[in-house]
Amino acid sequence: MRLLTHNMLSSNIKGVTNGFPLRLQVEKSVEKEVDLNPDFLKNIFPKIEWKALVDASHALGYPELPDDAEPSMLDSHDFLKKFHHALLELHVEEGALICPETGRNFPINKGIPNMLLHEDEV
Amino acid sequence: MMFQAQNSFGDISGKVVADFGCGCGTLGVASALLGAEYVVGIDIDSQALETASLNASDLELDINLIWCDIKNLKWRVNVKFELFLYPMYLIDVGKMVDTVVMNPPFGTRKKGSDMDFLVAALKVASQAVYSLHKTSTRDHVKRTALRDFNAKSADVLCELRFDVPQMYKFHKKKEVDIAVDLWRFVP
Repeated sequence: MRLLTHNMLSSNIKGVTNGFPLRLQVEKSVEKEVDLNPDFLKNIFPKIEWKALVDASHALGYPELPDDAEPSMLDSHDFLKKFHHALLELHVEEGALICPETGRNFPINKGIPNMLLHEDEV
Repeated sequence: MMFQAQNSFGDISGKVVADFGCGCGTLGVASALLGAEYVVGIDIDSQALETASLNASDLELDINLIWCDIKNLKWRVNVKFELFLYPMYLIDVGKMVDTVVMNPPFGTRKKGSDMDFLVAALKVASQAVYSLHKTSTRDHVKRTALRDFNAKSADVLCELRFDVPQMYKFHKKKEVDIAVDLWRFVP
Protein backbone atom coordinates (compact mmCIF):
# COMPACT_ATOMS: atom_id res chain seq x y z
CA MET A 1 0.00 0.00 0.00
CA ARG A 2 1.38 3.35 -1.05
CA LEU A 3 0.74 6.58 0.81
CA LEU A 4 -1.49 8.04 -1.91
CA THR A 5 -3.88 5.19 -1.13
CA HIS A 6 -3.54 5.96 2.58
CA ASN A 7 -4.43 9.57 1.84
CA MET A 8 -7.69 8.46 0.19
CA LEU A 9 -8.92 5.86 2.65
CA SER A 10 -11.17 6.60 5.56
CA SER A 11 -12.55 4.29 8.25
CA ASN A 12 -15.76 2.86 6.82
CA ILE A 13 -17.34 1.55 10.02
CA LYS A 14 -20.97 2.53 10.41
CA GLY A 15 -21.41 5.51 12.74
CA VAL A 16 -17.80 6.72 12.55
CA THR A 17 -17.74 10.41 11.63
CA ASN A 18 -14.04 11.24 11.82
CA GLY A 19 -12.52 8.23 10.12
CA PHE A 20 -9.59 10.11 8.56
CA PRO A 21 -6.67 9.77 8.72
CA LEU A 22 -6.24 6.13 9.59
CA ARG A 23 -3.22 5.70 11.85
CA LEU A 24 -0.52 3.72 10.13
CA GLN A 25 1.31 0.87 11.83
CA VAL A 26 4.23 -0.53 9.86
CA GLU A 27 5.82 -3.93 10.35
CA LYS A 28 7.45 -4.30 6.97
CA SER A 29 7.97 -1.81 4.19
CA VAL A 30 9.68 -1.67 0.82
CA GLU A 31 10.78 1.05 -1.58
CA LYS A 32 10.17 0.76 -5.31
CA GLU A 33 11.52 3.34 -7.68
CA VAL A 34 9.10 4.93 -10.15
CA ASP A 35 9.54 7.72 -12.69
CA LEU A 36 8.87 11.20 -11.38
CA ASN A 37 6.10 13.02 -13.23
CA PRO A 38 6.10 16.72 -12.20
CA ASP A 39 2.72 17.48 -13.85
CA PHE A 40 1.03 14.67 -11.98
CA LEU A 41 2.52 15.82 -8.68
CA LYS A 42 1.40 19.40 -9.30
CA ASN A 43 -2.14 18.25 -10.08
CA ILE A 44 -2.47 15.98 -7.08
CA PHE A 45 -0.79 18.34 -4.58
CA PRO A 46 -3.87 20.47 -3.73
CA LYS A 47 -5.90 17.29 -3.13
CA ILE A 48 -3.48 15.82 -0.61
CA GLU A 49 -4.05 16.10 3.13
CA TRP A 50 -0.52 17.17 3.89
CA LYS A 51 -0.40 16.39 7.57
CA ALA A 52 -1.71 12.87 7.00
CA LEU A 53 1.02 12.32 4.41
CA VAL A 54 3.74 13.68 6.71
CA ASP A 55 2.60 11.49 9.63
CA ALA A 56 2.35 8.41 7.43
CA SER A 57 5.82 9.00 5.97
CA HIS A 58 7.20 9.31 9.52
CA ALA A 59 5.60 5.94 10.36
CA LEU A 60 7.59 4.57 7.42
CA GLY A 61 10.82 6.08 8.74
CA TYR A 62 11.02 8.86 6.15
CA PRO A 63 11.39 12.23 7.94
CA GLU A 64 12.25 14.44 4.95
CA LEU A 65 8.89 16.10 4.24
CA PRO A 66 8.39 19.60 5.71
CA ASP A 67 5.57 19.93 8.27
CA ASP A 68 3.80 22.50 6.14
CA ALA A 69 3.70 22.78 2.40
CA GLU A 70 2.38 25.34 -0.02
CA PRO A 71 1.98 25.39 -3.81
CA SER A 72 5.03 27.64 -4.36
CA MET A 73 7.27 24.80 -3.12
CA LEU A 74 6.34 22.80 -6.22
CA ASP A 75 8.87 24.86 -8.17
CA SER A 76 11.68 23.27 -6.22
CA HIS A 77 12.94 20.03 -7.73
CA ASP A 78 14.25 18.95 -4.35
CA PHE A 79 10.77 19.28 -2.85
CA LEU A 80 9.18 17.42 -5.77
CA LYS A 81 11.63 14.56 -5.31
CA LYS A 82 10.76 14.19 -1.63
CA PHE A 83 7.02 14.53 -2.26
CA HIS A 84 7.25 11.93 -5.07
CA HIS A 85 9.24 9.54 -2.91
CA ALA A 86 6.83 9.73 0.03
CA LEU A 87 3.67 9.54 -2.06
CA LEU A 88 4.60 6.92 -4.65
CA GLU A 89 7.76 5.02 -3.78
CA LEU A 90 7.18 3.93 -0.19
CA HIS A 91 5.09 0.80 0.25
CA VAL A 92 3.67 -0.73 3.41
CA GLU A 93 3.89 -4.50 2.93
CA GLU A 94 2.77 -5.68 6.37
CA GLY A 95 1.11 -3.65 9.08
CA ALA A 96 -2.23 -2.14 9.91
CA LEU A 97 -4.50 0.86 9.55
CA ILE A 98 -6.14 1.92 12.77
CA CYS A 99 -9.47 3.75 12.92
CA PRO A 100 -8.88 7.05 14.77
CA GLU A 101 -12.30 6.92 16.40
CA THR A 102 -12.81 3.30 17.43
CA GLY A 103 -9.28 1.88 17.43
CA ARG A 104 -10.41 -0.92 15.12
CA ASN A 105 -7.51 -2.52 13.33
CA PHE A 106 -7.58 -3.04 9.54
CA PRO A 107 -4.69 -5.37 8.69
CA ILE A 108 -2.38 -4.87 5.70
CA ASN A 109 -1.04 -8.12 4.27
CA LYS A 110 1.14 -8.47 1.16
CA GLY A 111 0.61 -4.76 0.58
CA ILE A 112 -3.19 -5.03 0.48
CA PRO A 113 -5.25 -3.28 3.18
CA ASN A 114 -8.23 -5.31 4.32
CA MET A 115 -11.17 -2.92 4.69
CA LEU A 116 -13.83 -5.63 4.91
CA LEU A 117 -16.29 -5.00 7.71
CA HIS A 118 -17.90 -7.38 10.18
CA GLU A 119 -21.66 -7.74 9.96
CA ASP A 120 -22.26 -5.48 12.96
CA GLU A 121 -20.12 -2.68 11.49
CA VAL A 122 -22.08 -2.26 8.25
CA MET B 1 -13.08 -0.45 -23.86
CA MET B 2 -9.97 1.06 -22.35
CA PHE B 3 -8.60 2.12 -25.74
CA GLN B 4 -11.75 4.10 -26.34
CA ALA B 5 -11.51 5.71 -22.90
CA GLN B 6 -7.98 6.85 -23.71
CA ASN B 7 -8.09 7.57 -27.44
CA SER B 8 -11.50 9.24 -27.69
CA PHE B 9 -11.65 10.97 -24.32
CA GLY B 10 -8.16 11.05 -22.79
CA ASP B 11 -9.53 9.73 -19.51
CA ILE B 12 -6.67 7.33 -18.66
CA SER B 13 -3.14 8.55 -19.40
CA GLY B 14 -1.59 10.48 -16.50
CA LYS B 15 -4.75 9.99 -14.41
CA VAL B 16 -5.72 8.38 -11.13
CA VAL B 17 -7.89 5.44 -12.18
CA ALA B 18 -9.94 3.19 -9.89
CA ASP B 19 -11.08 -0.26 -11.01
CA PHE B 20 -14.21 -1.19 -9.04
CA GLY B 21 -14.71 -4.94 -8.58
CA CYS B 22 -11.38 -5.45 -10.32
CA GLY B 23 -11.37 -9.27 -10.16
CA CYS B 24 -8.06 -10.42 -11.59
CA GLY B 25 -7.28 -6.85 -12.57
CA THR B 26 -7.95 -6.80 -16.32
CA LEU B 27 -9.24 -3.23 -16.59
CA GLY B 28 -6.79 -1.86 -14.03
CA VAL B 29 -3.83 -3.48 -15.77
CA ALA B 30 -5.08 -2.18 -19.13
CA SER B 31 -5.29 1.32 -17.62
CA ALA B 32 -1.73 1.07 -16.35
CA LEU B 33 -0.55 -0.08 -19.78
CA LEU B 34 -2.29 2.93 -21.33
CA GLY B 35 -0.33 5.26 -19.08
CA ALA B 36 -2.51 5.77 -15.99
CA GLU B 37 -0.30 7.34 -13.33
CA TYR B 38 -1.94 5.61 -10.37
CA VAL B 39 -4.31 2.63 -10.51
CA VAL B 40 -6.34 1.37 -7.56
CA GLY B 41 -8.16 -1.95 -7.88
CA ILE B 42 -10.84 -2.82 -5.35
CA ASP B 43 -12.48 -6.20 -4.86
CA ILE B 44 -14.27 -8.19 -2.18
CA ASP B 45 -12.47 -11.42 -3.13
CA SER B 46 -8.96 -11.79 -1.72
CA GLN B 47 -8.01 -14.55 -4.15
CA ALA B 48 -8.95 -12.34 -7.09
CA LEU B 49 -6.74 -9.60 -5.62
CA GLU B 50 -3.78 -11.95 -5.34
CA THR B 51 -4.24 -12.94 -8.97
CA ALA B 52 -4.50 -9.25 -9.91
CA SER B 53 -1.26 -8.55 -8.10
CA LEU B 54 0.50 -11.42 -9.94
CA ASN B 55 -0.93 -10.34 -13.31
CA ALA B 56 0.35 -6.82 -12.76
CA SER B 57 3.82 -7.89 -11.66
CA ASP B 58 4.10 -10.26 -14.66
CA LEU B 59 3.84 -7.15 -16.81
CA GLU B 60 6.14 -5.20 -14.47
CA LEU B 61 3.30 -2.89 -13.54
CA ASP B 62 2.52 -1.72 -10.06
CA ILE B 63 -1.15 -1.42 -9.27
CA ASN B 64 -2.58 -0.64 -5.84
CA LEU B 65 -5.13 -3.00 -4.37
CA ILE B 66 -7.73 -2.67 -1.64
CA TRP B 67 -9.74 -5.55 -0.19
CA CYS B 68 -13.17 -4.04 0.29
CA ASP B 69 -16.84 -4.35 -0.57
CA ILE B 70 -17.64 -1.52 -3.00
CA LYS B 71 -20.88 -0.89 -1.12
CA ASN B 72 -18.90 -0.10 2.05
CA LEU B 73 -16.04 1.78 0.46
CA LYS B 74 -15.43 5.07 2.17
CA TRP B 75 -12.99 7.66 0.97
CA ARG B 76 -11.95 10.85 2.60
CA VAL B 77 -14.38 13.69 2.12
CA ASN B 78 -12.47 16.04 -0.06
CA VAL B 79 -12.92 19.37 1.58
CA LYS B 80 -10.41 21.32 3.57
CA PHE B 81 -11.06 23.97 6.14
CA GLU B 82 -9.35 27.19 5.21
CA LEU B 83 -8.57 28.62 8.60
CA PHE B 84 -6.96 31.83 7.44
CA LEU B 85 -10.03 33.24 5.76
CA TYR B 86 -12.95 34.71 7.58
CA PRO B 87 -15.66 33.56 7.67
CA MET B 88 -14.34 30.04 7.56
CA TYR B 89 -14.70 28.65 4.06
CA LEU B 90 -15.07 25.05 3.14
CA ILE B 91 -13.00 24.57 0.04
CA ASP B 92 -13.74 21.68 -2.27
CA VAL B 93 -10.30 20.60 -3.37
CA GLY B 94 -11.58 18.09 -5.88
CA LYS B 95 -11.81 14.36 -5.89
CA MET B 96 -8.64 12.26 -5.86
CA VAL B 97 -9.86 9.77 -8.47
CA ASP B 98 -10.21 11.01 -12.03
CA THR B 99 -11.72 7.99 -13.72
CA VAL B 100 -13.51 4.82 -12.56
CA VAL B 101 -13.52 1.78 -14.83
CA MET B 102 -15.61 -1.25 -13.98
CA ASN B 103 -17.28 -4.41 -15.15
CA PRO B 104 -19.79 -4.74 -12.30
CA PRO B 105 -21.83 -7.81 -11.44
CA PHE B 106 -24.88 -7.45 -13.67
CA GLY B 107 -27.35 -7.96 -10.89
CA THR B 108 -29.06 -10.92 -12.48
CA ARG B 109 -28.71 -12.79 -9.23
CA LYS B 110 -28.85 -9.95 -6.76
CA LYS B 111 -31.01 -7.29 -8.34
CA GLY B 112 -29.44 -3.90 -8.74
CA SER B 113 -25.89 -4.69 -7.68
CA ASP B 114 -24.58 -3.04 -10.85
CA MET B 115 -26.39 0.12 -9.79
CA ASP B 116 -24.79 -0.06 -6.32
CA PHE B 117 -21.43 0.02 -8.09
CA LEU B 118 -22.52 2.88 -10.33
CA VAL B 119 -23.69 5.12 -7.52
CA ALA B 120 -20.41 4.54 -5.65
CA ALA B 121 -18.37 5.22 -8.80
CA LEU B 122 -20.15 8.48 -9.58
CA LYS B 123 -19.40 9.66 -6.05
CA VAL B 124 -15.63 9.23 -6.27
CA ALA B 125 -14.83 10.02 -9.91
CA SER B 126 -14.17 13.60 -10.97
CA GLN B 127 -13.96 13.04 -14.70
CA ALA B 128 -15.66 9.91 -16.03
CA VAL B 129 -17.03 6.47 -15.22
CA TYR B 130 -16.80 3.63 -17.74
CA SER B 131 -19.06 0.71 -17.04
CA LEU B 132 -20.76 -2.30 -18.62
CA HIS B 133 -24.47 -2.99 -18.15
CA LYS B 134 -26.91 -5.37 -19.80
CA THR B 135 -28.51 -3.82 -22.88
CA SER B 136 -31.92 -4.95 -21.63
CA THR B 137 -31.56 -2.47 -18.75
CA ARG B 138 -30.49 0.49 -20.92
CA ASP B 139 -33.45 2.79 -20.21
CA HIS B 140 -33.34 2.07 -16.50
CA VAL B 141 -29.59 2.72 -16.30
CA LYS B 142 -29.89 6.03 -18.14
CA ARG B 143 -32.83 7.26 -16.09
CA THR B 144 -31.33 6.25 -12.75
CA ALA B 145 -27.90 7.71 -13.53
CA LEU B 146 -29.25 11.09 -14.63
CA ARG B 147 -32.14 11.49 -12.23
CA ASP B 148 -31.11 9.67 -9.04
CA PHE B 149 -27.30 9.73 -9.19
CA ASN B 150 -26.99 13.26 -10.64
CA ALA B 151 -24.77 12.26 -13.55
CA LYS B 152 -24.23 15.13 -16.01
CA SER B 153 -24.33 12.75 -18.94
CA ALA B 154 -24.85 9.05 -19.62
CA ASP B 155 -24.02 7.69 -23.06
CA VAL B 156 -23.78 4.25 -24.59
CA LEU B 157 -20.52 4.11 -26.53
CA CYS B 158 -21.10 0.69 -28.09
CA GLU B 159 -22.92 -2.60 -27.72
CA LEU B 160 -20.97 -5.77 -27.07
CA ARG B 161 -21.90 -9.43 -26.89
CA PHE B 162 -20.84 -11.52 -23.92
CA ASP B 163 -20.70 -15.30 -23.99
CA VAL B 164 -21.25 -16.42 -20.44
CA PRO B 165 -20.34 -20.06 -19.91
CA GLN B 166 -22.01 -22.11 -17.20
CA MET B 167 -19.72 -21.27 -14.29
CA TYR B 168 -21.77 -21.38 -11.15
CA LYS B 169 -24.31 -23.83 -9.74
CA PHE B 170 -27.00 -21.17 -9.97
CA HIS B 171 -26.48 -20.90 -13.74
CA LYS B 172 -29.39 -22.85 -15.20
CA LYS B 173 -28.47 -22.80 -18.87
CA LYS B 174 -25.35 -24.27 -20.39
CA GLU B 175 -24.20 -21.04 -21.98
CA VAL B 176 -25.87 -17.72 -22.60
CA ASP B 177 -25.11 -14.97 -25.02
CA ILE B 178 -26.06 -11.57 -23.67
CA ALA B 179 -25.96 -8.09 -25.12
CA VAL B 180 -23.99 -5.60 -23.03
CA ASP B 181 -23.61 -1.83 -23.34
CA LEU B 182 -20.39 0.06 -22.74
CA TRP B 183 -21.34 3.30 -21.00
CA ARG B 184 -19.52 6.53 -20.30
CA PHE B 185 -20.95 8.62 -17.49
CA VAL B 186 -19.84 12.09 -16.50
CA PRO B 187 -20.36 12.68 -12.77
